[in-house]
Amino acid sequence: MSEIIKVGMADLKTCIPPNGITTLGLGSCVGVALRDKNNKVGGLAHVMLPDSSVISNNTNIAKFADTGIVELVRQMEALGANKRNLVAKIAGGATMFAVSSRAASMNVGERNVEAVKKKLKELGIPILAEDTGLNFGRTVIFYPETGDYVIKAVGKPEKTI
Amino acid sequence: MGELSLNDVTQNYYDVLKEIGNIGAGNAMTALSQMLGCKIDMGVPQVELLNFSEVGAAIGGEEQIMVGVFLGVEGDVTGSMLFLVEQKSAKSLINKVMMGMGDPGEEFTEMELSAMQEVGNIITGAYLNSLSTLTNLKIFPSPPALTVDMAGAILSVPAIEFGIYGDQILMIQSKFFDEVQIDGYFILVPDMESYQKILTSLGLPV
Repeated sequence: MSEIIKVGMADLKTCIPPNGITTLGLGSCVGVALRDKNNKVGGLAHVMLPDSSVISNNTNIAKFADTGIVELVRQMEALGANKRNLVAKIAGGATMFAVSSRAASMNVGERNVEAVKKKLKELGIPILAEDTGLNFGRTVIFYPETGDYVIKAVGKPEKTI
Repeated sequence: MGELSLNDVTQNYYDVLKEIGNIGAGNAMTALSQMLGCKIDMGVPQVELLNFSEVGAAIGGEEQIMVGVFLGVEGDVTGSMLFLVEQKSAKSLINKVMMGMGDPGEEFTEMELSAMQEVGNIITGAYLNSLSTLTNLKIFPSPPALTVDMAGAILSVPAIEFGIYGDQILMIQSKFFDEVQIDGYFILVPDMESYQKILTSLGLPV
């Protein structure tokens, strides 16, 4: 029996086929799905903020683009994934509201996406597909078996990248 | 005066913050019920320290489709204010505001969204005004922004602000309802420094 593993906000988990892995209601956060294209070990991180180094209280490493991706790779390697075989798909990073309470949180979606891309590049993990930005929330489901990344949004047809 | 952190929010503070929620939402409800010409009840406000993973579940699940009106808060108190109404309830609320001239379909028309934004603006204004009077602090809401989306995505906006401080979010949440048709929430999310200011202005040692 396959199941769908749920990843919460500022959380990350690994996943082995035939299971899928999901995170619900991504707003400005970014869902980073990684997969070893040979042995199909998968993982998903729900990244909330771009950079752990500028924040003093950074004990939850899953929360940040930089530390979260590194940790996800580490956990996937523990399951037998090889860093050189990893590929990524990313979604989220929306700007939910046109106004924001303070300049710091402005464009946090955009900055999250940038930070994720930067980290993946550093690690040499290619991004196969993305569905990022704009102004709506996304629910994502990733299937490491096929590499399909299913994206659902309110009032829009479901799509797979 | 030390730095207030999420770890030393005590029962006493919770009670004060609940009272703020009560007064704020009470005023907002009065404004709303005058606008709609009907009676509206509200629940006991909840002040909760929630883990990020629990945020969506707190208002009926991450994927619950809500109409959200968001205002940034500036001045002595900074943070954000959200007025959230479940999709069907929002339809019913707008229909009342528009004297029964609302569109019968599930989707929202431009006119309806604009009406909803204005309703959100007026009643969150009433909420924040009462908070300002109570604390004697300056509170300026930004113009409202509206979206129809999943609760999780909407709540990620204030959650991200809290992500800078820790892994939990402190929300003052008030639920309101009329007979059966309207169901929604006010959520005030001051940032951490503002909690300190609010509590201090009310004479609590922080």
